Amino acid sequence: MPSSEDWINNPLGVVDGIFGKRQESDTNLADSNVPSLNDVPLHYLKPNSLVKFRCMVQDMFDPEFFMGAYETVDPSTNSKELRCGKYKDLVKSQQVDFNSRNIVTSERQTFYCVPIPGESQWNSYACSSQARVVPSTSYTPHRHKRSYEEDDDMDMPNVDSKRLETEAPCQNASSSHCSSNLDLNFPLPGERGPACLVKVYEEWDSFRLNDMLEVFGVLSVDPALSFIADDKEVSSLLDPTDTMETAEEQRAHSPPASLVPRLHVLYAQPLQHNNPLLPSAISEDKAFLSGFLSELNSVRGELLTYLTHVLLGDALAAEYLILHLISSVYARRDVLPLGKFTLNISGCPHNSSYTEQLCQIIQHLMPSSYRLCMSLHNMNNLPMVPRKDYTANRLVGGILQLASNTSLFLDETQLEQGQLDATGVRNITALGNLISWQKVDYDFSYHQMEFPCNINVLIASEGRSLLPCDSQVHLRPTVSPPNVEEYLKAIQLAQLPSHLNKYRVYLTVARLLDYSISEQVTKAVEEDFVEMRKDNPQSISAEDLHRMLVVARLLSLSYGQTTLSRDGWIKAKQLEMVRTSRTQQQECVNGNEP
Amino acid sequence: MSSPSSSARKRVRSSNPSTPASEDPLTPRPHGAQESSTGELQPLPTSPGTDLQSLAPQDTSLFSSPVPRRSGTYSPLDDFSPLIYDTPSRGTPARQRPDLGSVRKAPQVDLCSEPVSGKAADVTAPSEQNAGQKLVIWGTDVNVGTCKEKFQRFLQQFIDPTSREGENVSLDLNEPLYMQKLDEISVVGEPVLNVNCGHVQAFDADLYRQLICYPQEVIPTFDMAVNELFFDRFPDSILEHQIQVRPYSALKTRNMRSLNPEDIDQLITISGMVIRTSQLIPEMQEAFFRCQVCAFSTQVEVDRGRIAEPAVCRNCNTTHSMALVHNRSVFSDKQMIKLQESPEDMPAGQTPHTTVVYAHNDLVDKVQPGDRVNITGTRCPPDVLLPAPRFWKNSCSLCNWTSSDPLRSSTGIYRAAPMRVNPRQSQVKSVYRTHFDAIHFRKTDERRLHGLDEENEQRLFTEERVATLRELAAKPDVYERLSSALAPSIYEHEDIKKGILLQLFGGTRKDFSQTGRGNFRAEINILLCGDPGTSKSQLLQYVFNLVPRGQYTSGKGSSAVGLTAYVTKDPETRQLVLQTGALVLSDNGICCIDEFDKMSDNTRSVLHEVMEQQTLSIAKAGIICQLNARTSILAAANPLPHTLLSRFDLIFLMLDPQDEAYDRRLAHHLVALYYQSEEQVEEEYLDMAVLKDYIAYARTCVSPRLSEEASQALIEAYVDMRKIGSGRGMVSAYPRQLESLIRLAEAHAKVRFSDKVETIDVEEAKRLHREALKQSATDPRTGFVDISILTTGMSATARKRKEEVAQALKKLIQLKGKTPALKYQQLFDDLRAQSEAAITKDMFDEALRALADEDYLTVTGKTVRLL
Repeated sequence: MPSSEDWINNPLGVVDGIFGKRQESDTNLADSNVPSLNDVPLHYLKPNSLVKFRCMVQDMFDPEFFMGAYETVDPSTNSKELRCGKYKDLVKSQQVDFNSRNIVTSERQTFYCVPIPGESQWNSYACSSQARVVPSTSYTPHRHKRSYEEDDDMDMPNVDSKRLETEAPCQNASSSHCSSNLDLNFPLPGERGPACLVKVYEEWDSFRLNDMLEVFGVLSVDPALSFIADDKEVSSLLDPTDTMETAEEQRAHSPPASLVPRLHVLYAQPLQHNNPLLPSAISEDKAFLSGFLSELNSVRGELLTYLTHVLLGDALAAEYLILHLISSVYARRDVLPLGKFTLNISGCPHNSSYTEQLCQIIQHLMPSSYRLCMSLHNMNNLPMVPRKDYTANRLVGGILQLASNTSLFLDETQLEQGQLDATGVRNITALGNLISWQKVDYDFSYHQMEFPCNINVLIASEGRSLLPCDSQVHLRPTVSPPNVEEYLKAIQLAQLPSHLNKYRVYLTVARLLDYSISEQVTKAVEEDFVEMRKDNPQSISAEDLHRMLVVARLLSLSYGQTTLSRDGWIKAKQLEMVRTSRTQQQECVNGNEP
Repeated sequence: MSSPSSSARKRVRSSNPSTPASEDPLTPRPHGAQESSTGELQPLPTSPGTDLQSLAPQDTSLFSSPVPRRSGTYSPLDDFSPLIYDTPSRGTPARQRPDLGSVRKAPQVDLCSEPVSGKAADVTAPSEQNAGQKLVIWGTDVNVGTCKEKFQRFLQQFIDPTSREGENVSLDLNEPLYMQKLDEISVVGEPVLNVNCGHVQAFDADLYRQLICYPQEVIPTFDMAVNELFFDRFPDSILEHQIQVRPYSALKTRNMRSLNPEDIDQLITISGMVIRTSQLIPEMQEAFFRCQVCAFSTQVEVDRGRIAEPAVCRNCNTTHSMALVHNRSVFSDKQMIKLQESPEDMPAGQTPHTTVVYAHNDLVDKVQPGDRVNITGTRCPPDVLLPAPRFWKNSCSLCNWTSSDPLRSSTGIYRAAPMRVNPRQSQVKSVYRTHFDAIHFRKTDERRLHGLDEENEQRLFTEERVATLRELAAKPDVYERLSSALAPSIYEHEDIKKGILLQLFGGTRKDFSQTGRGNFRAEINILLCGDPGTSKSQLLQYVFNLVPRGQYTSGKGSSAVGLTAYVTKDPETRQLVLQTGALVLSDNGICCIDEFDKMSDNTRSVLHEVMEQQTLSIAKAGIICQLNARTSILAAANPLPHTLLSRFDLIFLMLDPQDEAYDRRLAHHLVALYYQSEEQVEEEYLDMAVLKDYIAYARTCVSPRLSEEASQALIEAYVDMRKIGSGRGMVSAYPRQLESLIRLAEAHAKVRFSDKVETIDVEEAKRLHREALKQSATDPRTGFVDISILTTGMSATARKRKEEVAQALKKLIQLKGKTPALKYQQLFDDLRAQSEAAITKDMFDEALRALADEDYLTVTGKTVRLL
């Protein structure tokens, strides 16, 4: 048991110790016992309690200097006491001796964190289904106690906990509604959930923008932290020239704590993935991995069948879709991202909700995804590239500010003829850069700053997409159901939730597997390339080889193989050949069209 | 007095030069004449207050009441600081230094309670008196006397051995630098002495350390020293106020990210980009109070943002009768500046930090948003956001100063304002607000206007780094090494990489403006032509990422306006603002233009001026100017030659070579890309950072000149080039090609860190140029190198062919007799039928156009009319 001194001098160590012990005994215990900001409504949580938050770093504020240690004077006894200023926002002012020489100035950094953009419903549902049960019983009592014991500043209606529980979702909704004047800066439109000011005390340099984090920390929601923005009188008195921060800036940096709580980090771990069905550190969990690998192939088969049905009987497209879904940028060579696999499914039926349904199906499979309708209006109006707002001194999110391995579904069937304005051109360029280089140039008004990303872009279009892509598959339906919508619904309904879960695990696992090429296979591949070029130099270019190497990699991984075998290479080659011949045929068809 | 604020502001500024002469009752005070025995140092009451008051008769002639000396409404101990001083400067007013003054840290309470007698410690002993004694300013190890002496010695003796011409144009390098600057001050009358901290360090390391650690104490001492020296030398000099020392380039130059709590209160130079400036904030320096009852008035100096309002009138003893008279109070200018980290300093994947900087007095409005600056200043001590017993909110609306104790001036107010914690809650945020008080601004891009590279200031290479670079340069294969380090992920294309490498280094900039020819272009422009999918874009991306001032645009997406500059109207001020485009932004850098062929003709024509003259002329909305655009252009296009071609020094074709050995190597390279680990790759190639530094160093420090042999070699090369074509009546080289050769040779010499262009440089330039020509200017029909392809976009044979078609067409029409109009399609078919060679529609159109140019016919829609 750590002594109280330990707690004061080294709370982090104590907490780490507790963590270590817990993880030894039961991996899930630490997670499930700590209430999560993602699914427990804020007003259920006790201030200054330990909470966890699964989030993405949306913006990084300036470091702040604070009193790491300070001295209090007891007015009655005049005795001095040194206290720790970490993990809290406020100190009792009357007793603090501000002139004390024992004050230690420390530094910490604030990150503005939002829930992971585009997190699928099944994802948050899966998380909360574990947690929901617990808070309803164990957290409301706290509330009761609190409300009797002390006079809280938050005016909480004194209704019974059951009703609160049922009301929670709609309250959530209304809070995001009324926050329209207070922009919580979610990258994607229509997102909701708590944004959070995460205060990091150590090694903040290791965090990157758009990192996915799971943060454990002390919740701080004192209303005193909020900047009273709506108070007209106050803001008019506050001459902007007179303050260090403008009203906008204060609104952005000190939002109401009831909407944007503060979280003082005790422990933060970067997430490899945000799939709740898997242990968070998958590569370390050998037992889970080997267990799943044994049934991986059968799951792959089932998923392929499922996707084939979804893609109207086109097995080739389904194969490529799987490859696309498990692709991920695993390295970069100077500017070149390796491992990305942008897929363009052309030949999607227009004038039907097919693309929408397809996207929904993908959303059911991927932990986070977003569908972007490339309508002319959207392209000309949506803010895609994040932009620095110098007045408020914050990074205003754009649609392309996404966490790693988010699936971005571009629906080009929605694009109609018309004029792109300047914003539209910029947006298209940004999408093109995203696809080609896996980077987004954030707009800092005086300059641009490049942020590498890792986003799976899937383009659904009628003809060939106007955006660049790594691979294009023209959809060739073998079934033509009279009502596509109902057909797809029926397929979805036929899938058991347990199956869907398996698919979800499969897609994440396959993506995270390690991969290598042996010396021997390397030689074979080289030979093969030379051979192919000999016959017909036009048939294969350097770019084709690039693509084939990626396809071979993804194909191997999709079968759970972590090295490239000769068979794997040949399979990949064949797959590519089938695809290119189909594309060529398609071009011929189009060429003959009047 | 039109408005209170303007008049108040004026007061500080209007310490007009004429004043000192007119107020001579204050003759130079003999040392130690007054109560202080220290000579130089006197207690506060005689200091700025007095001097400013003595100005009052002029300014405030409206007020007839005599201005009494401010007397202590608070303990004299509060006033007693060694930093407030008076110098024998014939009454030239000492101007307050809010950049230093507002930041006194030691709390007064502590001074009393501290066991060390505050007073005794605070008194600084003059060195001559207490040579043996080590009396220092409280809390520091600074002895004012010694410090002053040292600095005077520095001023009198320091000769800058490594001075660069750019900085001190008219100064004699063998004379003490700062004495010359003092001479300058006496002539120009601008009472500011900028002191390079590096010089101080070179002169006296200990003094430098003190300056860095205790700027608030040391800089006033420097001020004192300078003024003594100055007024000794120029006793009759008239200055607006006393000379202020502004140190700059503290060697401890930090980027914003590395600032930490230890830097507080130290002299620091940080660099960054100004992102926002506030309006001018009048900050109260001295409050003027008048008794409502007896009109007795008194002045109270603002101390750390607080004004101790006199509670009792000392004249009539009425309590709470003193009211603030704002327009007789003294204000100084202040401006808040938000500084953001420069993009170069940023670690990848993080957002830039910002810092608040306060500029005071004449530094106000010195910088604009978008400027890159180096700021020297003191990191302010953190103000704990104390809950003031009462908030004084309307400090800025100057009319509302009524009462309440303690009063806070504008500074104090805003510091308290953010923590608008409800007093009932008895809690404070434990966060400090920090800011910089700027002492010196240095715009890093200032001298770009004068056509000088300033990167030599900016990029300070450590000696070890330079040694490494030199070592690398000494290697015989440095050229190959560097070119292979360029974009290692792109396979082969060795010559293209070499070309780009030379482009990165650039030629030597020559100035012929005296002979009326202006600047010669030193930048090398390169065009990459090639089939789609030959990694042109990747190469461009790589270069764009490599150079500090690179721009990347696509011909498809950019308009002429986006490349050059456009004028916008600021919605607030209705002021016209010139916004610069990619070409201007990449001044001194490289502008990468992808999909060059997709660019509209209009846009492309803009490039003509840039690529040859290296300037951009703007005439828009009443703004007429010429901007520098000394940018190298690296363009990529699918094959399509046109008129701009001759302005490219090198044009490369990127094609698939299609041979087995090549394929094998290519395959190996690509596969390796996919299985090698990061470390392996790094071992194999030069680090990108090394390459960057190498280029930066060469660009700034090496400027090779042609040697005699090299000139001869160049002449021969040019003559040879001319000869090639002359036999067939074709021109194969133009003076432009000669210039290209020179640039390439210079660049190659730079790669070797050589100050002389030698024959090997010329050889390589020739080889590269020939390679590029061979690739791009080979007439596909004849197989000969034909330079006119580059100038007209069309080979000589093609031109001949075009003329033939036009003549044939003319003949055909003449044969048809006197028909005024012909059908377009009909004519085309006839011509095709008649000609033995295949005639494409394009050729036909071209022929029609040629005839139209001769005014022989006009084409309207589908009919051709004869004229």
